[in-house]
Amino acid sequence: MTQADALVPATAARIGVITFPGTLDDVDAARAVRYAGAESVSLWHADEDLAGVDAVVVPGGFSYGDYLRAGAIAAQAPIMRAVIDAARRGLPVLGICNGFQILCEAGLLPGALVRNAGLRFICRDQWLRVENTDSVWTSRFEPGAEILVPMKNAEGRFVAAESVLDELEGAGRVLFRYVGDGPAQGNPNGALRDIAGICSADGRVAGLMPHPEHAIDALTGPTDDGLGLFVSVQDWIGTALTGAGTRG
Amino acid sequence: MARVAVDVVIKPEILDPQGKAILAALARTGQPGVSSVRQGKHFDLEVDDSVSDADLEEIAGTLLANPVIETWTVTRLAPETVGTVGTVGTVGTVGDAR
Repeated sequence: MTQADALVPATAARIGVITFPGTLDDVDAARAVRYAGAESVSLWHADEDLAGVDAVVVPGGFSYGDYLRAGAIAAQAPIMRAVIDAARRGLPVLGICNGFQILCEAGLLPGALVRNAGLRFICRDQWLRVENTDSVWTSRFEPGAEILVPMKNAEGRFVAAESVLDELEGAGRVLFRYVGDGPAQGNPNGALRDIAGICSADGRVAGLMPHPEHAIDALTGPTDDGLGLFVSVQDWIGTALTGAGTRG
Repeated sequence: MARVAVDVVIKPEILDPQGKAILAALARTGQPGVSSVRQGKHFDLEVDDSVSDADLEEIAGTLLANPVIETWTVTRLAPETVGTVGTVGTVGTVGDAR
């Protein structure tokens, strides 16, 4: 334990936020972590370890300029090797927008995110339904809750093989679905089965295209609905700390 | 040293909106006979002799292409080894001038 660690209450969760070249939303993700009462820990793409954090957020942006495919280069970065190893051992990981693309490219989540059906970059506030409230990142939401958070992407259309989609739905691994009526609502990009976000089989690795970290304060976002994800993971970390008796 | 071409195309079952836009533009330019366009990527690689066909498959399948949404072909272009090592899709004409 470093001296800096000693100044933080032992009960405060430490949540890492990764910055790649081209990441945009790391500052807002770190702010969301702090709003939720945790300590945010900056992680750099070239780092090879996770500094002992309790969870990791892979934020949005255009890592490596979206070269090759969105998220493809970042998925091979040194920090991602550490994230993949830790996720396989059960560390909670949340990928938002480009972070979701990175987690799919890294093989931590199934499927892929491809060009929006209308070929447009879509930027709007989007209604989502929380489909699974048992995951590490969604436990604070009421079952079936509908939340309003911003979305902004050009490659946000979730695709996967039919068998994978069936498996995701059957196992409750669809976390968020696009909902809402009207011209500016509903499925914005042709995502298969209206899927906006999914999670791993153990519910600890999650990804979604819309941006909960931009919806944590009514002053700067449409709602504070996004805060639920960051509070949920702290509940789980608190449970895990108590249960295990040591910090992971 | 050998030259290798890797061609990557979106799988047939995945919607390719860029290909559709190109198809629509072709119809407007007086080429209504084209019935389908799929947009892909082409990579030219220079590799030394230690790189095996299996290595090339790994390079194509783990980084250059995303197997969830894309198929690819690997083609060695050096004269004595021209041939297909890929197992997915079909290879078109391989020209020296490439």
